[in-house]
Amino acid sequence: MRIPLSWIREVADVPADQSGRDVAERLISAGLEVETVDTVGAGLKGPIVVGHVREIEELTEFKKPIRWCQVDIGASEPSGIICGAQNFTEGDLVVVAPPGTTLPGDFTITARETYGHVSNGMICSERELGLGDDHAGIIVLPEGTAEAGADASQILGVGDDVLDIAITPDRGYALSLRGIGREVAIAYGVDFHDPVDRAETLPGPADDRAPAACASDDLEACPLFTLRTITGIDPHTPTPQWMRNRLRDCGMRSVSLAVDITNYVMLELGQPLHAFDLDALQGTVRAGRAQPGESLETIDHVERTLSVDDLTIRDDRGPIGLAGTMGGATTEIADDTVNIALEAAYFGAEVVARMGRRHRLTSEASRRFERGIDRALAPIASARASELLVDLAGGTYQGMTAVEAPMEERFIRISGDLPSQVAGMDILVDDVIATLEAIGCSITVDGGELTVAPPPWRPDLTDPADLVEEVVRLVGYAKLPSTLPTAPAGHGLTHAQRLQRRIGTVLAARGLVEVLTYPFTSDADADALRWPHDDERRVSPRLANPLSDEQPKLRAAILPTLLVAAQRNISRGFDDTAIFEMGAVFRGPAGSQHAPRPGVDQRPSDEEWQQLQDLLPDQPTHLGAVFTGNRAAKTWADDAEAFTWADALSVAQDVCQVLGVEYVVERGDDPSFHPGRCAQVIVAGEPVAIAGELHPSVTEAWGLPPRSCALELDVSHAIESSPEVRPAPDFSSHPVAKEDIALVVAGDVSARDVAASITRGAGELLESLSLFDVYEGDQVPDGHKSVAFALRFRAPDRTLSAEELAGIRESIVETTAADVGARLR
Amino acid sequence: MSGPNTNFDPKQVASLDVDAVEAMVADARAAFAAADDLDALKAARLAHAGDRSPLALANREIGALPPAAKADAGKRVGQARAAVKTALEEREVVLTQERDARVLESEAVDITLPVGRAAVGGRHPLTTLMERMADVFISMGYDIAEGPEAEAEWANFDALNVPPDHPARTMQDTFYVESADSGVVLRTQTSPIQIRAMLERPLPIYVVAPGRVYRTDELDATHTPVFHQIEGLAVDEGLTMGDLKGTLDHLARQMFGEGIVTRLRPSYFPFTEPSAEVDLECFVCRGASVGDASRACRTCGSEGWIEWGGCGMVNPRVLAAVGIDTDVYRGFAFGMGIERTLMFRNSVTDMRDMVEGDVRFTTAFGVDA
Ligand SMILES: [Zn+2]
Repeated sequence: MRIPLSWIREVADVPADQSGRDVAERLISAGLEVETVDTVGAGLKGPIVVGHVREIEELTEFKKPIRWCQVDIGASEPSGIICGAQNFTEGDLVVVAPPGTTLPGDFTITARETYGHVSNGMICSERELGLGDDHAGIIVLPEGTAEAGADASQILGVGDDVLDIAITPDRGYALSLRGIGREVAIAYGVDFHDPVDRAETLPGPADDRAPAACASDDLEACPLFTLRTITGIDPHTPTPQWMRNRLRDCGMRSVSLAVDITNYVMLELGQPLHAFDLDALQGTVRAGRAQPGESLETIDHVERTLSVDDLTIRDDRGPIGLAGTMGGATTEIADDTVNIALEAAYFGAEVVARMGRRHRLTSEASRRFERGIDRALAPIASARASELLVDLAGGTYQGMTAVEAPMEERFIRISGDLPSQVAGMDILVDDVIATLEAIGCSITVDGGELTVAPPPWRPDLTDPADLVEEVVRLVGYAKLPSTLPTAPAGHGLTHAQRLQRRIGTVLAARGLVEVLTYPFTSDADADALRWPHDDERRVSPRLANPLSDEQPKLRAAILPTLLVAAQRNISRGFDDTAIFEMGAVFRGPAGSQHAPRPGVDQRPSDEEWQQLQDLLPDQPTHLGAVFTGNRAAKTWADDAEAFTWADALSVAQDVCQVLGVEYVVERGDDPSFHPGRCAQVIVAGEPVAIAGELHPSVTEAWGLPPRSCALELDVSHAIESSPEVRPAPDFSSHPVAKEDIALVVAGDVSARDVAASITRGAGELLESLSLFDVYEGDQVPDGHKSVAFALRFRAPDRTLSAEELAGIRESIVETTAADVGARLR
Repeated sequence: MSGPNTNFDPKQVASLDVDAVEAMVADARAAFAAADDLDALKAARLAHAGDRSPLALANREIGALPPAAKADAGKRVGQARAAVKTALEEREVVLTQERDARVLESEAVDITLPVGRAAVGGRHPLTTLMERMADVFISMGYDIAEGPEAEAEWANFDALNVPPDHPARTMQDTFYVESADSGVVLRTQTSPIQIRAMLERPLPIYVVAPGRVYRTDELDATHTPVFHQIEGLAVDEGLTMGDLKGTLDHLARQMFGEGIVTRLRPSYFPFTEPSAEVDLECFVCRGASVGDASRACRTCGSEGWIEWGGCGMVNPRVLAAVGIDTDVYRGFAFGMGIERTLMFRNSVTDMRDMVEGDVRFTTAFGVDA
């Protein structure tokens, strides 16, 4: 809501020395969010004057139409001025910036030769003067506004401060001068002159003809509907400049006097009004639901198909407007309209909000109805507008028809010390009462209890907490003390929270760099990852309104979104990177056409709460990592070393170690990976990670270098196996015995199987084994390989003898021969 | 070795007289001192302390002396040999040290060569900043609560006192999971975690919940459709707005330093009443930029204050929706933007840097923000 300070001063006795910025400070403290304070015509220096256009000579020899005008600006001789605008005629009053005046944008007018004449000044538009956005033509002042040569800056309201206030949904009353003026008066502790109190000077009906009839078919949605009839206005009377200035400063465009008056009164009082062309109406004007199959062309010339939930304004022929939202094209005020039916009504906030959403339509009227308007205001506002139509447009008032359901009285009971208790500071009950009365409440006091009747313009005040907020904000949040509550002893991080932090730290220590990506992906990504059509990762929720139609789904794995980040780094010249992300992935279907919607006046039952949980997809935390290029660049000492599948796998193993879980590595078969270089990591019998070299078509699809590697690990799942308490190890201090053993096995026997067999054959005294060499070549038979292990043995209670070791070695050879067909090399 | 020469007159054994023995010791000392490396010392040792050295030969003559002279000569030669041995050892220590020093010196490298070993990577500053903020609350006894990012519309809106047709639903543009009436949204705020905490935890409740949230904004320098908040919720007997202010003041000091100034400004959120915005006084211009074009401030847009988050006393309607007795309990709640905090605290000027995954951004922060 934009509002000029000069208008505020008409209703609130703001001290004269206060600027718009000062007023803004007060309003911000009171909770009205003033976003900007602009000065009308800021940057304009020097005089601007009213000019009377005496003669216009059309210059036709140029590419565009140009006018050579003789303009009387109050001097002895008219000024010759070149002008490109066409929206004025001889005899009009215009605004002239004479030579020497500087316009906003630091543009100083000089007498200069142009289009073959010396132009002595400039005829200005609103935008050129910094008054508003209108640049469709130059300003033409209404006839008789002033004499030629008069100071135009005063006539145009130059120098006024305009406050632009973002109105929160609870403060619909502040979408008006009346509401903002009251807040300003309270903030300054000065008198407020409610414009409603001076809006009662409408003369009695003329009795020329019966006023148009009205009705409400839905007293729930439209409990108050009024229609005033004004006849015989002069459709050619221009809107007076003072009203144009107000509309302009409030961000509205001047349309015609009748429409401008309805907008002006809406801005002044907060009541949306709608003026119909009375001669276009047929029969009773009524509020009622749309009928099946109806449609309506609204004044924005959009043909709208109506829903039976839409509340319409109708006459005998059908719908003529969307209630409280937008009028219809067939009954709108036209250039030649002389007879007017003026609608002022109360429409329920929900019905207007729903209609606005359904038709994707908001208007100045619907913004106010959605937030809730003053239930008592309609007849007062329409009286004010009628008075203006009579006074300014020469109309005759013919009377009012109205329907109204009884108004419910509203009371809120609160304890007088509740604001003190909630705020945590002393607020006297007298101050509580005074504050609530200042915002318009009526109060009865019964001991410490207050019975508060909120004013009709504050539908947002329904609960004791609402009154507490009013009191504390007007006492001032700045006065609140700063205290700290004492929480009971806490539990620290949970096991899973702590371990996730540790994973992040260990990965960073391993040289990986954390990134955070948007979790949006697509079926095309799933195709590029070669996921089969029945892959469960293809079942993830789809958004009804995605940011981009190319990314309509939530990710079921980290990789598709992380690969994009990897590619971005490469495109920025970082070929050798290891990045990771830990975050939510989304698996399985979500939502239901029959989603439960428990009430909110009591706790949902366990069953209802469970039904709500059941709507949600699985959302485990996953870890993804992508490795591109080299793990170590070439240096003076060493050759470059590329990332391999083993780097991806070892990071997965590190995570298992961080979690303290036992794991087994197996060959994996994920289609996104190289079929021969993919591992899966098994924890507690279930796969938790896939790691390895990406499939060549995947690296190609994301523009990554060949042999890029990756891993995806289900952190939530792996953490389930992580022990809360880790037992201390029990180890022997007796000496270690080291043995190497090289075995020849068939080429397709896995290293893991050989190791497992050695472990079995070695028995309990084996402390550890590590594979230190794999050899294929002349020294072993075709189709075979040699695998060499370093073994360490240790007994808990003694030094191992050479005989014992020889026996163990023999057992290993026998066991591996039987298990995997190994023979000693 | 020859047998004792019993006929020999001891006075004729010149090698055992005092002067001769002293000369032998002096010769040995001089030879050791002259040796300038361990090889030269070894030669000197053989010459002056070996089996064939003058002292060793002299020692052999002692046996031939008459008993009366034996003790005297033996003592003299023994002392001389000990002195030579000491001199040898001392010189050996010196020369060994000299040799070791030479070896180490010869092994010197250009220590400024780039080491080229794997560097530490980095953790995203939004992650570590959330951890830091969470830790401030852990130290005050709060627990860390969690909730899903794809959330029931009921928990994200209805239970937070935002009924279906309330204008507040259009304040935050919501991603709906298909179809639009599926009952599932991407949470627009961390506040539904309040609902979960109140339904699932015993009273009193003191929790914070850092997490990722979604709104249908376009990505630009100051907006991102996917961002992070930290939610706070306390429900206890007798909580006040002063407690809320004190808690936020404490957090602000931990994040921005002792001198930080906060301001609560009345505002509107359906789930709190009374409600407030939390502003920080701009710590760059301290408000001096307001209305003074010559001192324009980029950090606060010359407004003097920076919006940090929203807060308020939990609306009793929200407590009712989760079955908490509003006659006994009051609550306060707040939600701070992590991205905004990082921007102000660490001078990030473009939010796009936080979301694009450029390794330079993360790496610059190391493992802490
Ligand atoms: Zn600043």
